[in-house]
Amino acid sequence: MSSEATMHPDLAHVEQELKAADLLLDRRPREEMNYEVMRAMERISLTWLIVAFFLGGLVFLGLVLAWGYQIKWGLGVAGINRPVFWGVYIANFVFWIGISHAGTLISAILRSVGAEWRRPITRAAEAMTVFALMVAGMYPLIHMGRTWRFYWMLPYPNQRLLWPNFRSPLMWDMMAILTYLTGSLIFLYLPLIPDLAMVRDHSSAKLRKKLFNILSLGWRGTEAEWKHLHVAMAIFTFIIIPVAASVHTIVSWDFAMSNVPGWKSTIFGPYFVVGAIYSGVGALAVVLVMVRKFMGFEYYLREQHLDNIGKIMLTMTFFWTYFWFNGYLTEWYGAETALDFLREFMTYTGPAAPLFYAMLITNIIIPIAILWSRAGRTTPWMISLAGISINIGMYLERYIIVPVTLSRNRFPFSWGHYVPSPVEILISIGSLSMFILLYVLLSRIVPLISVWEVQEGQVMHVIRRVGRTLVPGVIQWHKAE
Amino acid sequence: MSTYNQGTDEHRWAMVVDIDKCTGCGACITACYAENNIPVVGEEEIHKGRHMGWVRIERYWEGEYPNVRARFLPIMCQQCGQAPCEPVCPVFATYHSATEHINVQVYNRCVGTRFCANNCPYITRVFNWFDPVFPEPLQEQLNPDVTVRSRGIMEKCTFCIQRIRRVEEDAKAAGRPIEDGEVQPACVQACPTEALVFGDLNDPNSKVARLAESRRAFKLLEDLGTEPAVIYLKGGDAHVV
Repeated sequence: MSSEATMHPDLAHVEQELKAADLLLDRRPREEMNYEVMRAMERISLTWLIVAFFLGGLVFLGLVLAWGYQIKWGLGVAGINRPVFWGVYIANFVFWIGISHAGTLISAILRSVGAEWRRPITRAAEAMTVFALMVAGMYPLIHMGRTWRFYWMLPYPNQRLLWPNFRSPLMWDMMAILTYLTGSLIFLYLPLIPDLAMVRDHSSAKLRKKLFNILSLGWRGTEAEWKHLHVAMAIFTFIIIPVAASVHTIVSWDFAMSNVPGWKSTIFGPYFVVGAIYSGVGALAVVLVMVRKFMGFEYYLREQHLDNIGKIMLTMTFFWTYFWFNGYLTEWYGAETALDFLREFMTYTGPAAPLFYAMLITNIIIPIAILWSRAGRTTPWMISLAGISINIGMYLERYIIVPVTLSRNRFPFSWGHYVPSPVEILISIGSLSMFILLYVLLSRIVPLISVWEVQEGQVMHVIRRVGRTLVPGVIQWHKAE
Repeated sequence: MSTYNQGTDEHRWAMVVDIDKCTGCGACITACYAENNIPVVGEEEIHKGRHMGWVRIERYWEGEYPNVRARFLPIMCQQCGQAPCEPVCPVFATYHSATEHINVQVYNRCVGTRFCANNCPYITRVFNWFDPVFPEPLQEQLNPDVTVRSRGIMEKCTFCIQRIRRVEEDAKAAGRPIEDGEVQPACVQACPTEALVFGDLNDPNSKVARLAESRRAFKLLEDLGTEPAVIYLKGGDAHVV
């Protein structure tokens, strides 16, 4: 980089612009960055406490009282009936699995293609995955008639020598989710180790130091440790992508493998994966805007990140629209009687049609209208609005797939009607609160920005003078032949 | 042709439902409630779609007023040879019985995922939304041969397997074969018009085997390949399902 003293005033201006546009060119002293991130982590304000207790109260209300009430009296307290045997619990389950796809998949894909701008957002995204999976994993249990016998689904050795049924998609589902949860926990944890060690090094309280010493596995930052960390992360990056894709495919098989008109569709696998990434990226944008605002990370999370996330969201809008249209058109053209019943119920002027049109508006029109322009993508409240709109739309999509589709079947005599009960709504609110609460708690336990990865990126990015102007450059490391 | 119908197996229990003879009286439903300890849940729950009956009589109106005709279609578990409910159960609570060739529901094993109920194209499975209530003195008339089910599990028509077993054991003890018509599920016994006939499809001389060869015979949603053991006889000029 040319020194300030000899630089032409125009070039100084160019340099300022380059730095403003890219975090990785806008280098600051390492210690300053470390302290900034840790201060944000250690600040526990009254507002934070109020928010945490409020969320905790909602979790208690939904997941302890309401769920306990349901376990005590039976699933009759929910709105499900015959033929709508699955209701919002399964819709919520698919929704949260979808949210979980943002994090790990986005972060893994961006890592694997070497998208440098990802560096400050990976941690927030990966944490989202883990928490969304925890919430999603609860729903099959909430949904079960006899929750207290859930372990019968596990292949554990028992005196009756009974195995679970490996032909059941629910079985595949449970294994896929447990695999994904394990994988994404490791994927969150690995790049966290150096940052945990950083917190340990800056802690003075004895207990805290001890705790972070254990959490960071005694990380010292030697050459060998860094090498192992990078190798492990490279391996997990490529493992987690197929795992994530398979998880939502298998979730779709809970429906696609069945006999139900409207479910047995061959496009459900990729359609669900695309939908999952779509809702996940939407949620990620909202989370990033929140983290940036409430943690004061304006330096780390910039317009460039919102812009790029917005572009991914817009791409996914088109993908989702294409898949949805493809599935809808072929089923409409097929004109199966049972599907005609369903279409009359949920489209045109049918009773469930408002949900259908709301899904199309929130999933296609609003996101495209906002994300089309750079201003829409980079204005925090606007991209949040797009993210929230997408998640409302994707929730409606799952709601249409689960209880709405089940309301119609081949026997008009046995058609049904489903309205969620207060218990179901309370449990849904409780689980949403649990997700937010876990995030709020995590923000005070670990640094939400992967500081070392940002610093690593900053070391590799330079501003070079070429001819009469300045250009950004990247130092790439190649293994010697 | 189903693999279950032609093998070396002793019995392939089946039912014939003659739509021409069904008057829609509901005696089969009542008999089933009494025989199988099915709880009565009341008007409000039934309005929500939570009736617990294992048989239902679907009523369809044909024509415009005043030339209206009611059509009755009794539907119970079709005891499929290739049952869609079986492979989806993660804990083997629903499976195919190798001796009776009917679909068996193990109440104690069920964890209540309700996947089987969604996957049943005939919507014949019933879920226990609450613990059953048999107000005094109704609990005195519970059938001791049938489990009273608890909340959170699935159930469905069993072809009155307790009655099949009873006859099988009696015949075995007496060292004689089971006679045609000896096994009668509660609904068949109660049907005043003999619209329901029960028997062994593997016995070519049984009444069900002869009726099954009728030109009027059809099976519900036969195109799904579920190979039901319930055979319907079309009513006159009707074209039901």
